[in-house]
Amino acid sequence: MKLLALQQSYLNRRSNSFRSSGPLDSYSDSAIKSPAAIFWIVLHGLSCLISLVLGFRFSRLVFLLLSTSSTNFYTSPFHSSSELSKTLDLHSVLPTNPVGNIPVPALNNTATNSRVVVGRHGIRIRPWPHPNPVEVMKAHNIIERVQMEQRSQFGVKDPRKIIVVTPTYVRTFQALHLTGVMHSLMLVPYDLVWIVVEAAGISNETASLIAKSGLKTIHVGFNQRMPNSWEERHKLESEMRLRALRIVREKKLDGIVMFADDSNMHSMELFDEIQNVKWFGAVSVGILANSADTNEMADQKKGEEENPPMPVQGPACNVSNMLAGWHTFNTSPFAGKSAVYIDDRAIVLPRMLEWSGFVLNSRLLWKDGDKPDWIKDIDTLDGNIENPLGLIKDPSVVEPLGSCGRQVLLWWLRVEARADSKFPPRWIIDPPLEITVPSKRTLWPDTPPELPANEKPVIGIQEPTVKHTRRTRTSRSKRPSKRKHDEARADRHTEIVSVNARNEMSFDGTAASTIGKSDCSAGLREGENSPAESKIQYTGSRGGAEKNSSEWERSLDRIGFPSKDKLSKRC
Amino acid sequence: MGIWRWVFIGILFLADFIVKIEPFKLGRSQPTERISGSAGDVLEDDPVGRLKVFVYELPSKYNKKILQKDPRCLNHMFAAEIYMHRFLLSSPVRTLNPEEADWFYTPVYTTCDLTPNGLPLPFKSPRMMRSAIQLISSNWPYWNRTEGADHFFLVPHDFGACFHYQEEKAIERGILPLLQRATLVQTFGQRNHVCLKEGSITIPPYAPPQKMQTHLIPEKTPRSIFVYFRGLFYDVGNDPEGGYYARGARAAVWENFKDNPLFDISTEHPTTYYEDMQRAVFCLCPLGWAPWSPRLVEAVIFGCIPVIIADDIVLPFADAIPWEEIGVYVDEKDVPNLDTILTSIPPEVILRKQRLLANPSMKQAMLFPQPAQPGDAFHQVLNGLARKLPHDKSVYLKPGERVLNWTAGPVGDLKPW
Repeated sequence: MKLLALQQSYLNRRSNSFRSSGPLDSYSDSAIKSPAAIFWIVLHGLSCLISLVLGFRFSRLVFLLLSTSSTNFYTSPFHSSSELSKTLDLHSVLPTNPVGNIPVPALNNTATNSRVVVGRHGIRIRPWPHPNPVEVMKAHNIIERVQMEQRSQFGVKDPRKIIVVTPTYVRTFQALHLTGVMHSLMLVPYDLVWIVVEAAGISNETASLIAKSGLKTIHVGFNQRMPNSWEERHKLESEMRLRALRIVREKKLDGIVMFADDSNMHSMELFDEIQNVKWFGAVSVGILANSADTNEMADQKKGEEENPPMPVQGPACNVSNMLAGWHTFNTSPFAGKSAVYIDDRAIVLPRMLEWSGFVLNSRLLWKDGDKPDWIKDIDTLDGNIENPLGLIKDPSVVEPLGSCGRQVLLWWLRVEARADSKFPPRWIIDPPLEITVPSKRTLWPDTPPELPANEKPVIGIQEPTVKHTRRTRTSRSKRPSKRKHDEARADRHTEIVSVNARNEMSFDGTAASTIGKSDCSAGLREGENSPAESKIQYTGSRGGAEKNSSEWERSLDRIGFPSKDKLSKRC
Repeated sequence: MGIWRWVFIGILFLADFIVKIEPFKLGRSQPTERISGSAGDVLEDDPVGRLKVFVYELPSKYNKKILQKDPRCLNHMFAAEIYMHRFLLSSPVRTLNPEEADWFYTPVYTTCDLTPNGLPLPFKSPRMMRSAIQLISSNWPYWNRTEGADHFFLVPHDFGACFHYQEEKAIERGILPLLQRATLVQTFGQRNHVCLKEGSITIPPYAPPQKMQTHLIPEKTPRSIFVYFRGLFYDVGNDPEGGYYARGARAAVWENFKDNPLFDISTEHPTTYYEDMQRAVFCLCPLGWAPWSPRLVEAVIFGCIPVIIADDIVLPFADAIPWEEIGVYVDEKDVPNLDTILTSIPPEVILRKQRLLANPSMKQAMLFPQPAQPGDAFHQVLNGLARKLPHDKSVYLKPGERVLNWTAGPVGDLKPW
């Protein structure tokens, strides 16, 4: 029965249903010829029985102990041929000498000068099987070289310089949006000039942000402040872009002008595609109209069967791939519900056609030189233009790009923070906070955070900020048993105010649980698998807690939070 | 007069210089490079006119009926035997006059006995082959003339003519004794192995050409994956402890590189498998239960440099294709250092390998297109056969002389089929 089980399990390589003509052949050969063979069969049977009971392969353990010690590097050394005979069918073809770890060729038909051995091999693992950063860097260099070669073979021949025009102004989300655009531009493989026009003059925030890019930038200030309504903002942005175009004209920059608004998202294919423009081109822009009030939208959509597709603005072509018209954004469903002021919690609508969907050859803007006659001179424009189509007299000369507008190469989105949101200048907290306590859940309040009555308002941050949550969250996920502990203790929503004299922060309730945890961690550490991890997790909070423990207790008591003594008893 | 002579010499030098520059410029931006192996620049040879092949007419129980019973044989990786038969039937190298034939082909489909899962069972193949040879030796005199030395057979199974999927068993059986003198055209190739005979022709496994063509992506898509592999690392069903499957090499790859961001390796089979290969620089082609795999063909078609991890393997058409210049060979014992090995290859070498892979004749040589196209695997097989001509005089036996032992081999093989 054991033999049959062996045979079946080993010959089941191919399928479950098997014709028995194969195994029958080998059966006839397994004649028992010597007492040694009988001995090994009996021993093997015994090992099988023990393995059935224990649940792992006992025979392997025995042989591991019997044979010479294996090195650390190998999970299983080369086994002797007797081991092989146990794992294979009991053929008497195999030589039955059990001793030693010599990797004897399993069958005597193999050529003697072959270095490839049939049988069980060790799985080679190097001492530290993790990525080597030097290798990773070398590999990235190789990949970059390969991609460069690909570009030179299959990409654009004679790429032109790209002139990017971005209007911006200092506000809460400026760093967020501008960093996104900046990183996209840093990845562009062509020459680039970035013209950043800033409302309300040049500021340090913007300048320091742009300087990090390492790109060639022209930072220009515009004398008006950005108004508070979306209508006005669009108008001012158009004026700012015209200012940038005037710079292109003055400096006689040569290349392709594209408009990258600071909250848009650009794909890399966009920059490859606009190299194909001759004079004036248009691409399709995906509109991600943001709605802060999703419930309303959900009600509207109940009547529809599926989600409506993302609206796309851009050129529309007829069957022969010639420009036939324009896809524009349909504003009628949103009439009356759109945002008027920048921080309204309503949907922000794009214009009929966005500036960012157009690209033009910079020579169109030059004063002199050979340019087509359908372009208007910038200086002769009598006011503001809504979109670049205002620069040309005949809209049919526009070249549709991105396989005639079928590819969406960039996405438009307008998201701005509340008008009263405050953020640290240049997003740097200086000096650093003294106590950082991770919080479990942060409520992002719609109303300004509640300040305790007898606390003085402090200059600086008032919004809740969370630090180190990511680390604690991941380490928590590895220790579910511990978390049950915390869950039991910590479903409370009291707020704890940090006692740092300079800054104030609001936290949710489980800061106490982390303090408590740090007390208990010594006791609980025996049960943990990775004591090193718990050290990493708790050094910060524990250190902080110990330093300012008295202050913590005072603040906790003030809010009505149980004291540390009570917490320690709960471990 | 003297001045004119100097002017003439000057013009000659200038022309020489200019002629030298042009190909230099072209060579740098040339996307492909010519391939020439140890047998010379033979990939694009035309076999028509260099050899004649006679196709034996066997009863349909050896070929057509088997295919009718299970048409899955047309799509699996052993389908080369069927398509070769079809190609030869309508090829210009075919001759209906056996007296003028250089090579004789026996169309017997030994790898078409499939399990419900689709894997071929080799247990009846020796008997089938033996019965076919008995047929041709009794009905035609050409087998006895040379005892099969000018006959060729297609044996695309795991270990070729050893007719077993398990390596120990295959080694124990050895090549079928009746095929000792014939030329074997097989996918298996490993140096110093019983199942690879001297003078065999290794071919790539069958991969469906149309399926791969439909998954091509634009060539300008940047290659951003460094190393790509999809497949098993441990064969839990047949080798639960590891160390047996792939001689532990695949398991070593997994254990050493499973958390390495450069290695996109996993056991999942995504729908974008072919597209992903076109976005990778290196594709691993480690051995499995047998050293060969269709991954090599896929890597060549998709321009991904194959990293071959199989000791002593013999790759397809090894005399026509210089595989060391095209792929990267890694010894199984060096697998833990695979990342160091791959990153230490100079970029120029990598670009050259990619240029060689981009050569269309290279890709053609790996495919079995229907209908056949010049330079494809069928023609490479014929080229290989043509390179073995003319037959040595010793091949022809004196009448009555017998070399083969018709009763050799396991008892079960001698039963009639």
